[in-house]
Amino acid sequence: MSAASVPMLAGVPSTPQPADASESPAPPLDAESREWLRSLRAAGAERDAAVGRLHALLLRAAVFEVRRRKASLPHLRGDDLDDLANQAADDALVSVLARLDDFRGASRFTTWAYKFALLEAAVKLRKRSWQGREVPLEPDDWSTFASTAVDPAGSAQQSELLQLIEQAVAEVLTPHQRRVLVALALNGVPIDVLADRLNTSRGALYKTLHDARRKLRGHLADQGHPPESLTEEAR
Amino acid sequence: MTEPPQLKQTLGRLLGPTEPEIGCDACFAELDRYVELELSGVDADAAVPGMRAHLRGCPACCEEHESLVELVSAESTDAT
Repeated sequence: MSAASVPMLAGVPSTPQPADASESPAPPLDAESREWLRSLRAAGAERDAAVGRLHALLLRAAVFEVRRRKASLPHLRGDDLDDLANQAADDALVSVLARLDDFRGASRFTTWAYKFALLEAAVKLRKRSWQGREVPLEPDDWSTFASTAVDPAGSAQQSELLQLIEQAVAEVLTPHQRRVLVALALNGVPIDVLADRLNTSRGALYKTLHDARRKLRGHLADQGHPPESLTEEAR
Repeated sequence: MTEPPQLKQTLGRLLGPTEPEIGCDACFAELDRYVELELSGVDADAAVPGMRAHLRGCPACCEEHESLVELVSAESTDAT
């Protein structure tokens, strides 16, 4: 299978794509997906019934997401979670119906539709869990990010490295890049919550985060600390 | 310099993936295709370059990827 032409974030070299990747024909739709599209584009009672089935499908996905994450929201009651799942399904239904022409059959229709419901539910859950909370845009104290239980020599090394990073964050990044990096990467603010507070989009914020990280990596490499030597996979 | 695990994880979040990555919008656009390729055993990373790096760098997209994998997997299991 050839790689599709997927845009990389700027500032990093794109993976070379096959010359004809963007011209690859869309795969043929499976019968079930074709039937979803046909019935959703029908008129009258047939379309109404299809929209009802689609809403039920999206609600199933939203409930699935809410159940996965409800442990992180102990203060929410069952009714609140049901409401949230229903709102997510309603909003996902609007998105899916508005984007039917975007569905090209790269996956089954149901998988394509599910992602809208999961997104709506996940975003609502993140926002609900941060409702009424202050969004920290500055680190209180960089030393809190140091590891505990290291020997005195290791502790001194950590302090030195953290000071270097703190200085780089303060001097190399723009104020906006600094706020975004600190909030998202240090203080664990969900990207949708920050996007809401800063009146921007997830995509725009991630681009800012990406640019800030790239600047920081470059600066640390110039100081003799290539990022590969400092990090491990966070997950 | 060898960093302790807690500090390394903090640095990982601060410095992000070093490989080329796609953004959140492209990630969402490709997510359904990527997940179905993964679940069918095809090399999804070759088909969607930059997706894996983005999922390492973006906790929100990573959560939604995990959810879609679980949901579609559960649906496939129910269907068999």
